[in-house]
Amino acid sequence: MTANNTLPSGQTRIDTLEMSGITKRFPGVLANDSVDFDVKAGEVHALLGENGAGKSTLMKVLYGMYHPDEGQILLNGQPITLNSPTDAINLGIGMIHQHFMLVETLTVSENVALGLPSTRGPLTDLKRVSERILELADFYGLKIDPDAYVWQLSVGQQQRVEIIKALYRGAALLILDEPTAVLTPQEVDELFVIMRQMTEDGHGLIFISHKLHEVIEICQRVTVLRDGRMIGTRSIAATTKSDLASWMVGREVSMTRDLVPMKPGEPRLVFEEIACNSDRGTPALRGLNLEVHSGEILGLAGVSGNGQRELAEVATGLRPATRGRIILEGREITHLSPGVITDLMLSYIPEERMRDGMIRDFTVAENLILREFQKMPYSKNGFLRLKTIDSHSEGLVHAFRVKTPSIETPVKSLSGGNIQKVVLARELSRKPRAIIAAQPTRGLDIGATEYVHAQLLEQRAAGTAILLISEDLDEILAMSDRIAVIFEGQIMGIVKRGEATPEQLGLLMAGVKEESEIA
Amino acid sequence: MQNIFKQEWFSRLIDVMLPVFATLAALGVGAVMLLLLKVNPFVAYGAMFEGAFGSGNSIAETLVKATPLLLVGLGICISFRGSVINIGGEGQMIIGALLATQMGLMFTDLPGWFVIVLALLMGFVGGALWGGIAGYLKAYFGVNEILTTVMMNAIAVQLMNFLLRGPMIDPSQAQLASKIPQTARLLDAFRLPRWMPTRLHLGFLIAVVLAFLVYILLWRTTLGYRIRAVGKNPDASRYAGINVKRQIVLALLLSGAFAGLAGAIQVYGVNYRMITDGSASGFTGSAGFNGIVAALFGQLHPLGTIPASILFGALLVGANKMQRVVQVPSALVIALNGLVVVFVVSSDYWRRKRQRRRLAQARIEEDDEPDEEPGAASPAQTEVVA
Repeated sequence: MTANNTLPSGQTRIDTLEMSGITKRFPGVLANDSVDFDVKAGEVHALLGENGAGKSTLMKVLYGMYHPDEGQILLNGQPITLNSPTDAINLGIGMIHQHFMLVETLTVSENVALGLPSTRGPLTDLKRVSERILELADFYGLKIDPDAYVWQLSVGQQQRVEIIKALYRGAALLILDEPTAVLTPQEVDELFVIMRQMTEDGHGLIFISHKLHEVIEICQRVTVLRDGRMIGTRSIAATTKSDLASWMVGREVSMTRDLVPMKPGEPRLVFEEIACNSDRGTPALRGLNLEVHSGEILGLAGVSGNGQRELAEVATGLRPATRGRIILEGREITHLSPGVITDLMLSYIPEERMRDGMIRDFTVAENLILREFQKMPYSKNGFLRLKTIDSHSEGLVHAFRVKTPSIETPVKSLSGGNIQKVVLARELSRKPRAIIAAQPTRGLDIGATEYVHAQLLEQRAAGTAILLISEDLDEILAMSDRIAVIFEGQIMGIVKRGEATPEQLGLLMAGVKEESEIA
Repeated sequence: MQNIFKQEWFSRLIDVMLPVFATLAALGVGAVMLLLLKVNPFVAYGAMFEGAFGSGNSIAETLVKATPLLLVGLGICISFRGSVINIGGEGQMIIGALLATQMGLMFTDLPGWFVIVLALLMGFVGGALWGGIAGYLKAYFGVNEILTTVMMNAIAVQLMNFLLRGPMIDPSQAQLASKIPQTARLLDAFRLPRWMPTRLHLGFLIAVVLAFLVYILLWRTTLGYRIRAVGKNPDASRYAGINVKRQIVLALLLSGAFAGLAGAIQVYGVNYRMITDGSASGFTGSAGFNGIVAALFGQLHPLGTIPASILFGALLVGANKMQRVVQVPSALVIALNGLVVVFVVSSDYWRRKRQRRRLAQARIEEDDEPDEEPGAASPAQTEVVA
């Protein structure tokens, strides 16, 4: 840590920031109950908790978006009041939102300059801005081209633009709201390098996450919130993953899944030499072969963008295959329409659930019949049978424990975990013969993830063939009977459960094939 | 301080009342224009109200004006719910009216009720055809429907001018030098029944009944479900096995059909012949456009469109009366109508913004809602390690 009081960006360091006794009430809800939290220069302090634990409320208080009902905030020992994010920014507090606040059609420097007064009055001073960006990028080791358009950048690069934006505005303390949720593992590593550099330079960082291994990797201290209350603050050295998990959830959490040994049945979903193109027209799958058996979960691991999405879309009839065959229970489904494939009892849990799986403005009940509304008993002679639909929906909401005010609530007002429960309820309750589950737990907290896994295991026990596509290697390792690794549109190898190690899978994911290891 | 402005019911009430406030605000601006013309706005608006609701006859006139607005508006409810913008109400009305009129001119020896039913049906079909073309072009060739529907308006007008000057011209006019571009008058037997002595005709009742049917169509049938699903999320609809392109065609087809019916009813209920002054509005009275406003006013709900259309009908009728009583130029009346349209459409934008804000607020609170999962929650282990 530097001895003097300034940061490389020229800003004054924030040595300590303390929030003490913060209480925030919403009608009927105690979002923060006398929470203490502090962060020092040169450290990463994790704020850990399930969805709804009060993390975002606490950070919105710190960023000036909410007024606390009780408690105070001390900056370098001095009490401060924050009436708006502008106040927070002026005091050197910056925030990187989970969803980027960037204009895609503008360049990096234009985005950084957006909303700031220009030194040249009504004219823009983009040249100066660019120079300053390069200067900051140099100090912090952030590779970025100020003249690139934001739409040209990868998600990781866009996040760097957000960091630069905060630094440009003089942030000494940065709140990172679930920064890794949208990143690939490689991009996460790059982000961590940047974060380490920033703490070394004397910045204080607040890292919001519910991914335990990341918290352990990057943070020095961790504070756990649950139900709006502070469970405790600890140094990372004095804690373990399972401690944190049980603090978060309030009970013991098993990090492994017990797969009851099952005798795999007949091959139910078969891909033969299947090939297709990506949206850009380049080959995405190049003669892929795969067999998913009845009663097994086949995990498909791979670095994102190696054909996983296209595989799911080809199988469900959303994307045309250019070559090869797909067979479901002995019947070729290669060129059938999505509706017909649905009727053959292939269920699909789409990766982009809000885009492909749900109609945001439709009610829970309407979404629950999305796949079957044209069939008995939900409709007859072109008329919907509302009573049947309602009782069907009530049943599913209850069985899948969807937290919703009513079945008439639009799904867009449900939380992410509950939306996924609606998707699961719809896709699993129809007793599918095969399931394609794409990133089924992405963005979900531990409780919801456990629930999704339990549901998939139940389907496995019922003899359904399940293709689990995931970029989360822990999930793949915990859930799969066999693990197939996809690389550039082909299967690199298939490894049995228990024989797979992360290292070996990592090699396969990188496209390194070792003859002896192909099962 | 928990004031009533934060209450849920109050917020909803504001939403519903927004169009009314917008209308009042527009009239407020109109009052300034009236003052500039040295007219007492209270007298002017008094005349307006008198003209729209002052007597049985004026109420009947209001409803007569409301009828095409309601019918076009119903079509708009369908297409906008399917995220298809239909600006072609004018043209669809004209085509529907032309086809319907031709029925009355051709089958003069068939029973009256039969010709009426046939004519209204053909009006429906004509509008459907005209809207359907734009729908087909959008669905299968990606042509912007705003562009095509507007252009098809122009085509329809010219077709009407051609037909009324040539093939469909009143034979007696064809003999005369004046050659007024109009068709022959329909037989008395072909006229829609009227509520004597007013001009209120059966068409209004038909429109109201259809409003209920459109409600059922949109929320009680699989067709309505498909149209709304495609309108809200074509990706998810496709994945659910819905033929997205077909729903787009259907949405514009149905939307056009209601406008076509409006045209047919205008001929068989009010004018009893078609006559052109060369413009679309000469026949439609701009109902093809004003119907959009009425539907938006009714928040794209078929039942909401009923009072919305009546309000607009009242505005049209009342403005005429105002013009006669206080002797303001007709341009002012048109401007006043325009003002109301602008204010109401803008208020809809405001309403959507409020809705979004409310949703965001709800989500924040949901986010912070403690998990109520009945787990075996152990007492909090509050231990702080320095």
